[in-house]
Order: sequence, then C-alpha cells, then structure tokens
Amino acid sequence: MTDMTQDQKLIAEDGAGGLRLSGALTVWTLPQLPAAAATAPVLELSGLTRLDTAAAWYLAQRSAEGARLDGLDADQRKLLDTVTAATPKPDPQPATGPRWREILDMFGRKVVAALVFLRELAEYLGRFLAALARAIRHPSQFRLTSLVYHCQETGLRAVPIVALMAFLIGVVLAFQGASQLTQFGAQIFVVDLISIAVLRELGILLTAIIVAGRSASALTASIGSMKMHEEIDAMRTLGIDPDMVLVLPRVLALVITLPILGLIADAAGLLGGAIMSWIELGISPSMFRYRMIAETDVSHVIVGLSKAPVFALVIGIIGCHAGMKVGKDAESLGAETSRAVVNAIFAVIVIDALFSVFFAEVGL
Amino acid sequence: MSGAGNGDGKDPENVIEVRGLRTQFGSNVIHDGLDLDLRRGEILGVVGGSGTGKSVLLRTIVGLIRPAAGKVRVLGQDVGQLSGAAREALERRWGVMFQDGALFSSLTVQENVEVPLRAVPGLSDAQREALAQLKVSMAGLPWNANAKYPSDLSGGMRKRAGLARALALDPEIVFLDEPTAGLDPIGADAFDRLIVGLRDALNLSVFLVTHDLDTLHACCDRIAVLAEKRVLVTGTMAEMLKVDHPWVHEYFHGPRARAAMTEKG
Repeated sequence: MTDMTQDQKLIAEDGAGGLRLSGALTVWTLPQLPAAAATAPVLELSGLTRLDTAAAWYLAQRSAEGARLDGLDADQRKLLDTVTAATPKPDPQPATGPRWREILDMFGRKVVAALVFLRELAEYLGRFLAALARAIRHPSQFRLTSLVYHCQETGLRAVPIVALMAFLIGVVLAFQGASQLTQFGAQIFVVDLISIAVLRELGILLTAIIVAGRSASALTASIGSMKMHEEIDAMRTLGIDPDMVLVLPRVLALVITLPILGLIADAAGLLGGAIMSWIELGISPSMFRYRMIAETDVSHVIVGLSKAPVFALVIGIIGCHAGMKVGKDAESLGAETSRAVVNAIFAVIVIDALFSVFFAEVGL
Repeated sequence: MSGAGNGDGKDPENVIEVRGLRTQFGSNVIHDGLDLDLRRGEILGVVGGSGTGKSVLLRTIVGLIRPAAGKVRVLGQDVGQLSGAAREALERRWGVMFQDGALFSSLTVQENVEVPLRAVPGLSDAQREALAQLKVSMAGLPWNANAKYPSDLSGGMRKRAGLARALALDPEIVFLDEPTAGLDPIGADAFDRLIVGLRDALNLSVFLVTHDLDTLHACCDRIAVLAEKRVLVTGTMAEMLKVDHPWVHEYFHGPRARAAMTEKG
C-alpha cells in the first residue's frame, strides 16, 4: 500500500480508450476532475494508485449513468461494489398539501400546545395544593429546613436588588412627575402620584418581575438538573414524593417572601420618591408624610399586596413545571430555563392586568 | 508475545508505534514505559481494568493529552513533534469515535458528518451532502436518521453516527472508544460486524478500546492488555488464554469469558 496523503495529484488525460485517470482519486482530488469526466463514455482507470469511498461513490454514479469503467483491479472493484450497495435510497417525500393548510396546521398545533401548557399548569397547581394539604395533615412530612433555606434564597438574597430597584423607581416617578406637574402649579400632587403608583402597582409588579427572573430560572435549573440525572425518578422509587420535597418548599417560600419583598419595595419606592420630591420640588419629608396619609387611602396598599401571593404562586408553578419538563440533555435545561423566565414574567403582567380590571369593577 | 515492541521501531507495517510512553496527571502516573504497536489492516483490542488508562492511551495517541515522556509515532510521524499544517494533515488520516459519539448537539446527523468534509477545498455542496449520506448509510443508519438531531437518537445510533463522522474522510486508522458499551447484545453484535465489515471494505486499521469480551472474540485480530501501567501482553485470543498473570487469567477465564467463548464455539 502506498503512502496516502491529500497532496497526491490526480492526472487526467485523453487516452486511446477514453478519458485516462491516473494517480490518486480521492475526496481531495475529486474537485480537480475535469468537466469532461462527467460526460466521457469510457473512463480508463488502470493508472489509479488510490481510490477512496468518495471516489468510488463518484465512479458508481458515472457507472449508473452508463459510463464504462475500465482497468479497476479486484480491490477497487470490491470497494465500488460496497459503496454501490451502501448508497442510500432517499425515502419518498410525504406529499405536502397546499401552503394555507400547512399554516393552518401549524397554527392549530400552537393553539393546542398552549392549551396543553395551561392544563399542565393547572395540574401542577393542584399537585402543589395537594402537597400543602398533606403537609398540614401530617406536619412531620414537611421539610421545614428546606423551606427556610428557600426563603433565604428567594427572599433574603433578593432584598438588596429589589430595594434598589424600587428606590430608583420612586426617584424616577418624582422627577418625571415634578417636571410635568410644575407646569400646572400642581407640584404637591406628585405625592399622590408617587404613593398611589408605587403602592398600588409598580412596587409589587416590578418586584414580581425581578423575582420571576431570579427565582423562576433558579427553580427550573435546580429541579431540571435533578430531572436530567434521574434524581426525580430515584426519589419516586424510594417512596419520596417530589411534590412534597421539591415543589412544596420552593413554591411556599415564594408565597411567603414575595409579599415581604413587595412591602420592602413599597417602602424603598416611597423613600426614593420623598427624597427626590424634597430635592426637586422642596416638599419636605414631613409635608410628604402628611399629604400621603391624608390623601392616599390604605386600600391602595391592600390592593397592591393582595396580588403578591398570586404572583408568587404563578412564578413558582411555572418554574417547577419547566424544571420537570427538562429532558436528558443539557440543551433542554437551558431552553426550559429561559422559557420559564419569559413565561413567568409574561404571566405576572397578564395577571396584573386582570387584577386591574377586577379592582376597577369592584370599585377599589 | 510479551511486550509489544519489536525493538527496531522501523517496521513499515506498523501504523502506530508507541515507545516508552509515560503519562501522568500531577504525581499520578497512568502509564510508565508503555510500548504498543498497531499493524496495518488489523483490529487491535485494548483491554484493561477500570482506571488502567485505556481511554487515556487513546487520547495520548491522538494528541489530546501530552505525554510526559516517550514517543508516539502514527503513520511514520512523531505526533509530539508535528506542528501546524503537518499535524492537521495527519489528523485527517485518522478518525476518532468517542464513547457516546461526541456528536455536535446543534447539528443534525448529516451535518455532523459534513463537518470534516467541509475541510476539503472545492467540494460542491451537493457532493458533500451525498458523501455524508453515504457515510451515514455505511455506518448502518437508516435514511431518516440524516435529518435527526443527536438528542433524538438512541445510544447505539449515536455511536453509529459518531463512526460515520470518524469515517468521513476515509481515514487509514480509526480509534474506537468502547464502541459496544451500553448497547444491548443484539446491537453490540451488529456493531461488531459493522466494524469488521468496514475494516474489510475500507482497509482500515482499528484501535479499539473495549470491556466487551464478545467484541474481543468477534472482531479483534490481536489483543493488548493494559495493566501495571504498561501493555502487559499482546497477542491473539488463543495466546491470551495461556498467559498466567493473575489479572489476565481472571479476565480471560472468568465466567463471562467462558460464556463468550462457548457462545462463539
């Protein structure tokens, strides 16, 4: 056997018996074949020193088109036969319908997938509630340590970012409100603007969005990596209920900590607004306090904080559901994690809108 | 039969020659004074207990791990001394199939096999696709596997796809890392036959790391046993049975070995 490298040359020349190829015919020299090779009725190949499967595939094709291959030795013939036998026959393409049907089909699939997703979320909510009920009936099964740990992770650790975010929102509201309201000489209304906006909407909504980003992804990643390594299946075989051990403490921790985070955000937002009003409009903190207590009903705080547990539940359920959806490969873990964050934030905003309509209807 | 080296290191029939190889991670010595030959056209089975560094040896030969001492010559060239273009040229003359196929997860099977073919200048898209499909078919995968992603394949199919990619450029040497591990007996059997069939058709030299006694019986021309940080013995199956080193004896005379023997007659 000769030394074979891709540097070997292929020589093509017109011979007596047809197009004469000599040297190495390999995947590397295949592109160097002259155009005449594709049409020559006879290929004279006795000068070939090397033939690989790519070349054999090419020759087999030429042979199938009716070209005669001369001068192959027994080994080369054998390779040619092997390649001919292995050449795949494409499966017949399934007949495709008209374009509008395809679009309709795709649309239908998306709708069904969305409905299935909602049904599965409802199922997970049910499983969470069932686990909660079991924990109340049999407190010994409940993992208090786990709950405390997750309260620390999703609650305590989120305090700095949530407080800073709310403070800045207060500052921005005061600043923007001031520049608009001074045009009417209605500076003092900036207090109403800040307190109602922060207490009723922004404090809790933005907290929920931050927690959705932080905790939904963390939930999916932690449960998903367990799912990936079959830990969840192992738990089931050992008689440990994953709903009880994994889902319940995580979701419950969110339900407990999100209202507290919301309260912190409210306080930080008001503080930011008050400071900015003082600097920008000269409304002193005591004036701010007086005006806020006199003009802002406590119902705004109740409306705001009453949304928190619902947001928490939705974030937790979406995160756990996505975690359980993770497959065996790392790619699905990443895909599910980002999907969980997007879905959780989207769900929080949609539910907030529904709450607004509801509270408007009941006149709160 | 004991000791792989013939001494001269110039035998033209050897496609791989390892001499005095020493590999270590920190102070942990994996191989010390290891000699090994792979002859042209043969299937060499490399066996050894867990942790004897079978996969490390494979990785050292293909240059993924730098040896602390010793020489690795592949196709007459010293792997450690090569740089740049020469190394690239040598790498195209071998193919490696990793344990789980090591397919690129974001590409389909066909695209995976096309990756090495993209290095060929002047090859048209249609030719590249057809050649990739040919290799997929030669590795024993059905047509519909071409468009599938690695995550949609079973373990055995992933290994076959990995083999198809290793064979894309018609290498002279193929390294297989535990090709039948994790396959059911029927799948493992089919893979054994596939390896022998491809060796015969493509004139490959095969470096096969395995645990599988059935594979050793079914395809290997020679067997090299890794123990005590070196290649303890090399030889045919019949020769292995006569070695009286305790581990080798246990390995080839244990109940599993006997089962594999009787099965093959």
